[in-house]
Formats: sequence, C-alpha cells, structure tokens
Amino acid sequence: MGKTIAEKILSSHSGIDARAGDIVLADVDFVMGQDGTSPLAIKAFREMGGERVFDPAKVAMVIDHGAPSPNEGTANLHRLMRDFAREQGIILYDIGEGVCHQLIPERGHVLPGDLVIGADSHTCTYGGLGAFSTGVGSTDLAAALITGKTWLKVPESMRIVCKGRLPAGTYSKDLALHLVGRLTASGAAYVSCEFCGEAVELLGVDGRLTLCNMAVETGAKAGIIAPSGEVLAWVRGRSKKKFRPVFADEGASYVDEREHDVSRLAPQVARPHRVDQVCDASDLAGTEVHQAFIGTCTNGRLEDLRVAATILEGRKIHPSVRLVVAPASRQVLMDAMREGVLKILLEAGAAVVVPGCGPCVGTHAGVPAGGEVVISTANRNFKGRMGNSSAEIYLASPATVAASAITGKITDPRKFLG
Amino acid sequence: MVLRGRSHRFGDDINTDYIIAGKYKFKTLDMDELARHVMEDLDPGFHARLKPGDFIVAGKNFGCGSSREQAPLALIHAKVGAVIAASFARLFYRNAVNTGLPVVECDTGSILDGDELEVDLSRGTVRNLTRGTTVRASPLPPFMQRIFEDGGLAAHIRKHGGFHLGT
Ligand code: SF4
Repeated sequence: MGKTIAEKILSSHSGIDARAGDIVLADVDFVMGQDGTSPLAIKAFREMGGERVFDPAKVAMVIDHGAPSPNEGTANLHRLMRDFAREQGIILYDIGEGVCHQLIPERGHVLPGDLVIGADSHTCTYGGLGAFSTGVGSTDLAAALITGKTWLKVPESMRIVCKGRLPAGTYSKDLALHLVGRLTASGAAYVSCEFCGEAVELLGVDGRLTLCNMAVETGAKAGIIAPSGEVLAWVRGRSKKKFRPVFADEGASYVDEREHDVSRLAPQVARPHRVDQVCDASDLAGTEVHQAFIGTCTNGRLEDLRVAATILEGRKIHPSVRLVVAPASRQVLMDAMREGVLKILLEAGAAVVVPGCGPCVGTHAGVPAGGEVVISTANRNFKGRMGNSSAEIYLASPATVAASAITGKITDPRKFLG
Repeated sequence: MVLRGRSHRFGDDINTDYIIAGKYKFKTLDMDELARHVMEDLDPGFHARLKPGDFIVAGKNFGCGSSREQAPLALIHAKVGAVIAASFARLFYRNAVNTGLPVVECDTGSILDGDELEVDLSRGTVRNLTRGTTVRASPLPPFMQRIFEDGGLAAHIRKHGGFHLGT
C-alpha cells in the first residue's frame, strides 16, 4: 500500500517500514532552538550528562524572541546560549540575524525530504520546502543534541485540497486563516496536513512557508507541501548537499481528504482571542485599530514587505495608528532596502525594528496599551500574547494590515489595489 | 500512585500563553518565579487559591500553542498535582511527560470547579468524591509510560545513556 509524505520521511530516517501509529526512533537532519527554549535545553543537556553535541554542523541556536535583550534577565539567558555555542562549536544566530523560522530555510539548513525538529512550535514551517519538521520541547531538544535522534509517533495524514486560484488581493495568509477557521484550533490535532491543489501549487517559497507555519494552529504535528520546481531551485541555491524530494504515493491512506474551493476567497481576519474565529475583513469594516504590525515567522518575508509597500506607496499611515515592521531576517531587510521597499515603508510612517520576532510574543518592541486594538500579520492572537492581556489582536495578511494602517480601521485591502 | 485534590475548572483550548505568558518566560529559568504567574491572564487570583496537589481540569486541546516547556514546569513548581483534560495538544502532552507532570486524558464533562478528586495513575481512574462518579482515563503510550516512570526524559537518557525504546 502506498505511503504518505510523513510515512516516507519517517521510514527513511528510522530504517523501518513505518506506518501511521508506529513509534519510531529517527535520525534528525537538523535541530534548532531559540532563546525562549534553548536555555532550558542547555540545562537539560547537562542534567542528562551530555558532553558533546552529536554534530555541531547540524545544530543552530537563534537569539530572536527578545533580541536585542530588553532586560537583565534575558541578557543573562542570551549569554548562556553564546557560551554554550562557543563551547560546542554549534551555529549561533545572534541578535539582528532574524527569526529562527526564516533563518533555517534561508541559510540552507533544511532540504526537501529532511527530518527537522526545533524547540519552537512553528518549526512546522519548513514543511513548505517538503521537509517533515515539527516542534518539540526543551528536554526533547536536549536529548536530540546528545543522540542525534528523536522519538516520534508516525502521524496520520490529512489531505487538504485547495481548488481554484486565489483571487487578487488574497494571499497564502488568507488561505491559512481560512483553513484554520474551517479546521478549528484542534481539528487536525496530531496529524500531518498535506496541502495540495492548484492554489497551493501556485504558491512561491514564501507563501508555502506561511501556509505550513500556521498548520500548528489546527493542532497539527506537521504541515507539508510537495516541493515544486521553484522550491528545488531555491534550495539548490542555498545548499550544496544532495537531497531527494519526497512525494506521496498513489493510494496512500489519509484519515481525511477534503476539497476547499478557494477561488472566491475574500481577505480573511481572525478575531480576538482565537485563531480559528475567522471572518471576511469586510465584516469588520469600521473596527478602529491603534497598532498595525507586519512581521513574524508567518509574514515578515520579502514577498510580504513588497505587498505592504504596494499598498503604502505614496500614502501615509493614519495619524492615530503606529505601524511596526519587523523584517524576518537581515537578508530580508537588505533585500527590501535594495529594492526600495524599505524606503516606501519608512516614508509611509513605519517604525522598522530589528529583524527577529519583534513584538509578536510581548517581550519588547511594541507592547500595546490596555484596551488597544492591534492588527497583526502574526499567527497567534491569544489574550496577552503581545504582552498586555487587555489588548485585542486581529490577525490578517500584510495587505490587510497595511490597508488598515492607512485608514485606521480594519480594511479590505482590495480597496487600494488597482 | 494515587493523588488527591480539588478541581480548578477551565474550558477548551487553554494555550501555553495562558499557562505562563511569554513576557515572563524569556526572563528567567527560576521556575518558582514563573509558578507565581500561572494562568494569570485568564484568572489573576488562580495562584493564590491553588493548594498543593490541586488539579487543573479542562476541556479539549489543553496546552495548545507554543512549545514552551516552561508551561508544565511552572505548573509543577506551582504544585499542581496533575492536569486532567478531555484531550491535550501534542507538544504539551509530550513536554509534561518529559518533565514529570502527570497528565490524565479522560471525559471531564461531569467534573465541576471545586470537586474533590482522587486520581489513580497506575489504574488510570479518576474518582469524583464530591459526586460519587468514576471515569476511566486513556493510558499513556508504553514508551511514554517508561519515560514517566524513569522520572522524565532527562533521567531516562541519563539512566540508559540514550533512548531506550525497546519493549
Ligand atoms: S515570530 Fe512569533 S510565532 Fe514566530 S517564532 Fe517568533 S515569537 Fe514565535
């Protein structure tokens, strides 16, 4: 019987003929931790009696969540990471390099067909390149640092077929929000989501990463898209390593297989405080916003900044709105500078902050005031997420966020697109 | 192992940002400090009312959201006896077993806030002493059971010098 992408990747990495439901001990191709999870992993590494990491070239730690450090406590944790990285000779991405989930693909650390684990729930992002990647906790990370392995239950897979082409003014973020709304916050719990269909096949690398990034918001273990020719070329431009892309077999078995016609999708927004409370942006027209945020591992990529610039070009943000932009990486920032995108954003009134997570998780760089309304390109809008439990967070695409920053109200971006 | 305590009732989809907010976790590895802020954004008086050994009882998808292991660790340090939920998000479930926080998956529909409960981890039962009912819990997968019995993943790796998956 045929196999799903998840079954094939977990079979090749564990050396057994793995099927959904099996528990496997698998070799990992790359492991990653960020500054919220690595300090505990380092502690667990010592507790386990760890001396050397299994392969320093396959380990990266990224300082992105509170970077540069906003206070003494965080500064001390960052130092712990820097010292560990030096001691072990692992890769360290320090402040200003960017968000982990941008850096790991961008620097060629993940290839189609790979198995990657990271101590961050959005590690599922790399499924956009056709890898099986999933989030783990700090202790699992520590065990992988020592052994080069992790244990996984081979997940059931769900086939999510997106029929039709996304209409103008809608993007992979709208698709992601729409699917999260349909599936709900636990609707794909523990499964691997294989996204396919015309709308998905047409997505570029950035859009694929965005879609898989949000798979975890449905409870999924992984989100995977079979790589396109564009993806393969993109990866070859970043890594010399050989790889073999993995595709699902004919006759693979899925727990669920559903078609979604997205050819008439409108710009989507998730309302506070749930990611799965999704509606059309136009249903919320008139809702006043105080802060707009473009960035994060979901939507801080070059394509996202370009879209925002298209809308903001020659315009100014509303006087009662702050617009914070956090490019996903130094490379994204430099490309945006070279292309003139950055100039457009700055002239429109954006406050551009250091590449990294920015205000996404409430550590610094744009904590909202009590009762304020934020419209953000992030992936989570939980109460307190941005550091203030009485703020309200709406999630949308970079286009919708940019349009809302201009009007000061939640706005369907198609109004500004020719 | 038999645990006894009172129920603190929460709903569905309790995420790790609610268990311990991101604004605290990046500052310190001092779990006792984090323990003082558990569930704060949902219920500011929670930590003050919690008695050692009390249970968090929730609906489905408990612990969804970020991968932060600070979530189960802060609950352990707040002296929560176990989390009993209709279902768990995978990362939280895994992290709880790895760090030694008892997690019990069962039908929680009939448990109300303040009910006195008795949880038998080895037999997999939850007795509601206030209401005189008993529900059966789904067992931990065998490999997770072994990690839990070894005292968590760090102790498991130290004991066996690596993963010991065998039957
Ligand atoms: S940008 Fe936000 S969601 Fe992404 S890794 Fe950083 S904190 Fe997490």
